[in-house]
Amino acid sequence: MKTHSRLRAADAWRLAVLGLRGRPVRAALSATGVAIGVATLVAVFGISASSRAQLIAQIDALGTNLLTVSPNSGFTGQTATLPARAPAMISRIGPVTSDAATSDLSDAVYRNQDIPRVDSQAIAVKAADVNLLTTVQAHLWAGQFLNPETARLPAVVLGHDAAAALGVDRADGGVVVWLANQWFDVVGILEPVVLAPELDRAALVGFPAARQLLHHRAPPTEIYVRTDPTSVGAVESVLAATADPATPQDAAVTNPSDALTARAEASAAFQSLFLSLGAIALLVGGIGIANVMVIGVLERRGEIGLRRAMGARRLHVGLQFLGEAATLSVTGGVAGAVLGALAVTIYAAIRNWGTSVPAGVLAGAVGIALAVGALGGLYPAWRAARLSPAEALRSA
Amino acid sequence: MNALELQGVGKEHEGTPPVQALRDVSLTVESGGFLAVTGPSGSGKSTLLAVAGTLERPTRGTVRVAGTAVQAMSDTELSGIRSTGLGFVFQQFHLLPTRSVLHNVADGLLYRGITAAERLERATEAVAAVGLDHRRTHRPGELSGGECQRTAIARAIVGEPALLLADEPTGNLDSATGREIFSVLGRLHERGTTILVVTHNDELARRTPRTVALRDGRIERDDRR
Repeated sequence: MKTHSRLRAADAWRLAVLGLRGRPVRAALSATGVAIGVATLVAVFGISASSRAQLIAQIDALGTNLLTVSPNSGFTGQTATLPARAPAMISRIGPVTSDAATSDLSDAVYRNQDIPRVDSQAIAVKAADVNLLTTVQAHLWAGQFLNPETARLPAVVLGHDAAAALGVDRADGGVVVWLANQWFDVVGILEPVVLAPELDRAALVGFPAARQLLHHRAPPTEIYVRTDPTSVGAVESVLAATADPATPQDAAVTNPSDALTARAEASAAFQSLFLSLGAIALLVGGIGIANVMVIGVLERRGEIGLRRAMGARRLHVGLQFLGEAATLSVTGGVAGAVLGALAVTIYAAIRNWGTSVPAGVLAGAVGIALAVGALGGLYPAWRAARLSPAEALRSA
Repeated sequence: MNALELQGVGKEHEGTPPVQALRDVSLTVESGGFLAVTGPSGSGKSTLLAVAGTLERPTRGTVRVAGTAVQAMSDTELSGIRSTGLGFVFQQFHLLPTRSVLHNVADGLLYRGITAAERLERATEAVAAVGLDHRRTHRPGELSGGECQRTAIARAIVGEPALLLADEPTGNLDSATGREIFSVLGRLHERGTTILVVTHNDELARRTPRTVALRDGRIERDDRR
């Protein structure tokens, strides 16, 4: 009569569910802790993934092939200058598809001649090449950009913030601003320029106008270079030497999209705080499950004794309680994943982003919930399993 | 073959001082037998049942269930013996409140590794054997105490064990219901089930063909009628 008792896998699973159905409120409450933890994790991952996807889409749209050359401010604090020939030299680099220079003027711009001189509102007046708009891929909010004709005339294009500061909201030829003791027509207003935010608070005039009307002779202070997308690195490496062959260390080369990429990375760093909050919620949820299961083992000693009398092995009893804990936490995990995904969807909709909840995050969250439940259930399951049948029946 | 053989069994419960629950008990239950173990509180009745049912290991002596010596067996092997060779009925019914009578009875076969369909089929027969056909789909909360105990008896015999062990099965029931439960046990005995029932009720014990009286862990009397 030496037969081992056996429990079918389907029955083991049924037992786990059955035990929870007997105490539905308690089960729901203890699964809630895990659900909150998982929802937090999914929401944090999903929102930051959506935000990053949004930023990367923006970078892709603007292109990572824009480089800027500017004079380096040296160790001594005095700013170097770029040679006047720098733009022409840069144009000769093969993969450079377009380049445009700006040059800072010392003049200021006012709404009219009555504004006190000191009230310049930090708007930088710059001379700009007519192809600046296409090189930095900026867009006009109103009017037109400088063209070879208007570049000679007292005409100005305002950056987005500069226009707002001056109170200019149209560029139909009817608005003038006071610049270096003469009236300039506002011919255009720019949209915010993502890759060249320094243009947002600038007033741009043509180089010919700067020379003839404002007597400006200074060399370029910023050269924007658009290259073939496959040769960005190669161009970047020769740009300083090309711009300033005599003292290449005086030319600083930057890639503005690097800053955006860095911002995407920085937003990833920010999540660690929220992730730890989610992890703590999960931990507390796991402890809650362990607590509820320990109480369950104490209350159900009679059932444990009976099952042992019916032939259940220690393993069967342990698995039953472990299964209950795992079922609890997976239920909480799935509910939390759904809640978290919902939160991401709503948040992304509010901010006009595409929703991005990676499937791996959802699966991972449910997996973590399962692990938490299994860990939380381990001790109660061990206690249930090691209860001797006679003792369990006596104390019931 | 004997359903149960105890030889020189002693059982000492740990504690200060240790309690001698059983002292040198030798008892044989033939296959098809029906015997009542009686005695006052603390006489060792329940310990005798637990030792006979492999729920507890004796401190001394040998225990054979259906001819198999069990004292050297591992916990896992003992579970196997209980799942196939023994059926238990307790004073508390230990029924799952969310499950029907039929499912509670079918759970008696849960640790045999057979399919749910087969368990339910055999449970149907066992439910009929204790006269609960009309209550098959009811839940324990809808049953009287006697019906609950009959459900527990059906669960114990559904696997056709070599020995049915009942520990104070009438302890929670009024005397009329207690007699009803002994009638059920009597009918099962007539159909061939071997039964050892522990009771402190002498009147009910007299309804069985054999009564073993315990006192202070020893067999005081062994009456066969």
